[in-house]
Amino acid sequence: MTVQTAPTGTPADQAKAKELSFLGALQANMRDYGLLLALILIMLFFQYFTNGVLFKPVNLTNIILQNSYIIVMALGMLLVIVAGHIDLSVGSVSGFVGALAAMLMVGWKFPPELAFLAHPLVAGAICLVVGAAVGAAQGYIIAYHRVPAFIVTLAGMLIFKGLSLAILAGKSVGPFPAEFQLLSAGFIPDVIGPTTLPWLAENGQNVVLHTTTMVIAILAVVGSVFFSIRTRARRRARGYDVEPFSLFVVKNLVIAALVIFFAYMLASYRGLPNVLVVMGVLIAGFVFLTKRLTFGRRIYALGGNLKAAALSGVKTERTTFYIFAIMGALAALAGMIYAARLNSATPKAGQGLELDVIAAVFIGGASALGGVGQVAGAVIGAFIMGVMNNGMSIMGVNIDWQQMIKGVVLLAAVFFDLYNKNRSA
Amino acid sequence: MTKTILEMRSITKTFPGVKALSDVNLDVREGEIHAICGENGAGKSTLMKVLSGVYPHGSYEGQIVYNGEEQNFRSIRDSEHKGIVIIHQELALVPLLSIAENIFLGNEQAKNGVIDWDETRDGARKLLAMVGLNEDPDTLVTNIGLGKQQLVEIAKALSKQVQLLILDEPTASLSEKDSQALLELLLEFKTQGITSIIISHKLNEISRVADRVTVIRDGRAIETMDTQDITEDRIITSMVGRSLEDRYPSREPNIGETILEVKNWSVYHPQHRDRQVIKNIDISLKKGEVVGIAGLMGSGRTEFAMSLFGKSYGQKISGDVFMNGQKVDVSNVGKAIANGIAYATEDRKHYGLNLIDHIKHNVTLANLPGVARWGMIDDLAELDVANDYRKKTNIRSSSVYQVTGNLSGGNQQKVVLSKWLYANPDVLILDEPTRGIDVGAKYEIYTIINQLAAQGKAIIVISSEMPELLGITDRLYVMNEGRIVGEMPTSEASQEKIMRSIVRAEGKAS
Repeated sequence: MTVQTAPTGTPADQAKAKELSFLGALQANMRDYGLLLALILIMLFFQYFTNGVLFKPVNLTNIILQNSYIIVMALGMLLVIVAGHIDLSVGSVSGFVGALAAMLMVGWKFPPELAFLAHPLVAGAICLVVGAAVGAAQGYIIAYHRVPAFIVTLAGMLIFKGLSLAILAGKSVGPFPAEFQLLSAGFIPDVIGPTTLPWLAENGQNVVLHTTTMVIAILAVVGSVFFSIRTRARRRARGYDVEPFSLFVVKNLVIAALVIFFAYMLASYRGLPNVLVVMGVLIAGFVFLTKRLTFGRRIYALGGNLKAAALSGVKTERTTFYIFAIMGALAALAGMIYAARLNSATPKAGQGLELDVIAAVFIGGASALGGVGQVAGAVIGAFIMGVMNNGMSIMGVNIDWQQMIKGVVLLAAVFFDLYNKNRSA
Repeated sequence: MTKTILEMRSITKTFPGVKALSDVNLDVREGEIHAICGENGAGKSTLMKVLSGVYPHGSYEGQIVYNGEEQNFRSIRDSEHKGIVIIHQELALVPLLSIAENIFLGNEQAKNGVIDWDETRDGARKLLAMVGLNEDPDTLVTNIGLGKQQLVEIAKALSKQVQLLILDEPTASLSEKDSQALLELLLEFKTQGITSIIISHKLNEISRVADRVTVIRDGRAIETMDTQDITEDRIITSMVGRSLEDRYPSREPNIGETILEVKNWSVYHPQHRDRQVIKNIDISLKKGEVVGIAGLMGSGRTEFAMSLFGKSYGQKISGDVFMNGQKVDVSNVGKAIANGIAYATEDRKHYGLNLIDHIKHNVTLANLPGVARWGMIDDLAELDVANDYRKKTNIRSSSVYQVTGNLSGGNQQKVVLSKWLYANPDVLILDEPTRGIDVGAKYEIYTIINQLAAQGKAIIVISSEMPELLGITDRLYVMNEGRIVGEMPTSEASQEKIMRSIVRAEGKAS
């Protein structure tokens, strides 16, 4: 849940204490920022044990590229899990859509009048629509016929695993047109032109920054600070409590510093990856959806108490249906990102990804019972898994150990989350 | 002088930041029925949890002396071992196991882990006979009514050689008839030397069966009364710490034109297609009118209300609904709300609230467009609304960000009411609006009902408590077996008259 600076005590007390104490507010915030802190600690841990490789610009860029498709799917999975369902089919659906993309662009030979179908943009759009349709079909059975999502999507997992094998005829298909590869391998163009920072030269190598990336990051920071100042001012004007000014400043400074730092790292390599732009837009959109849209609110309501939501006029079936359609479209996008990254579609693509996605959402604090979960948590959860994969691979930890460690981390994350909740309840 | 079986001496129990019990003394005599009264949150259940070992020895201060020995219960098993059995308000039965299996759950009639089914059934049959329940021990618990389930719980307690039986709100969700049967049973146990402690909000029941009453207020034992002193007024005065002159706030009815008419309303059971649950009901309602629907449990009152509210119950629903003379479509909840009908459920935990979310989100849920533009919620507008209703309905909480699952029953009910007030309906159906909440909160809810009526809203109150219906309504419908079997102005109604219309209808039906 969002941390709101909840007033305590009688109304009379509230009038006196418009600003909460710094420590009290910090404590209230800790539970929300605990996860981010855990991610940073894990990153610092691997930074040390990989002898500084983790924070190399090229490696940070890689972490983003490697985890983009997990994060894209985790956004949809968050909605599914908050609504009290699960979707086991996303890995197979993403693999199937990747295969479809490959066949549309490379595999199938269209007659000239249909050749436009092979154009990357057209093919991409078709893939998104197919993904949404697949999700909608599963959602329809789940929402309107009340077959448990676990079973419907388990069936979907098998069906689409089989379908990708079938349309690829068991072979890998590729390579993709260069335009399509840009989705995963491209970086935004530096329209402003590079900036050289000679005073940061290392071993005679100048640091050359991707200026456009830095400008975008600075604009983002300025925008976010502007909005948080405005929100704070509005709350104050309406007579509501706000967090202490000191904490407000510290919070904004820390976030700004983190953003600028990562932007600097990316800028000193090749700038913003295209896929990060896609992800950024999606994450912002989903934060908005869950926090501000009535649609999002209704998802939390039906996940928290389905019957009460229905008796409050929430169209529970339709909402569930849309959630699965959205999940399907995101699985399709993830499938294309994955295929573009490998530059070929393989029959095994996407297999098992659903587990990483679900793990990310649960590490991010969502409840298996529904009704609880945040977009930011799911994204950080995905990065925690991603950084561990990356860090352990660089350290040369065997894949068997990697799996076990990841399992323990998942269990520990959920365990501590529940432990904290029980203690505070 | 009868002997004291239980003595709790200066019990103090603190939770982080709250003193739930402070220096409470309680003594219970062997073979008596001892009632404990108090408002919600006064500490009654906490005291019983200390007694039964739910809060283990060491987590509280004070002594428990039982049968002349000091007891240090570390768990509920310890106290059961000594013959103290507690039956909670929410029954702890497994619905898909049989009566016999439930009775011996955790205490199976088994040798070396292999269940002896003959022993189990015979034992169960004996115990069922003792509680006067005539059911096959192999019947699944889900297939018997709530009143019978309560009896199964008691049979389960008897199987543990109970000496001291603690019942937490045993009749809260029972019909009049089942409640009577249960109270008779307690009196029967008394003759067999079983001591009972009963926690109840129903003061008429207490004054009927209890030998002594201890009143708890704000974590302190206020007083213990003997039989000759027990009167409802005396208990109420002691519970709220002031005398409630009148349990029902007065009101000048100002009744306008007809607003709601329901004609020839019929509903069939959701699973059994051929079973007609609601049979050709006609009712009407005027602006500013408070109309009660009386009837026994299972008479179809809730089913009628829910089927009217967006067809939330049943199938093959037929009949017409008119608002202000216009026929309206109530085929789903959204349309019912849009046409000005709201229904506040009798079961706030399962159908009323999102218990894991806070007050603010619960209050606005039925009318999100009211705080949103183009589907975008204005957080501050929502906060204003929530704070406004928190004040209007006097919800006691630290803020609107308190999770509703942590509120007391009365305050939860106020959140449900706030939700429907904010949806601004013309007709508000309140199903058991004061079930399981304390006297003070009840009074507040009656006051809210009066205010709504004064604003020209029409209100239907469904209640199993006849004094409540007689106290707050203008007109009464009586329902029995899915039909309206009587209608009368409240000024001419009495409990006897209501019961007579029910009985007469039963006579006709059979």
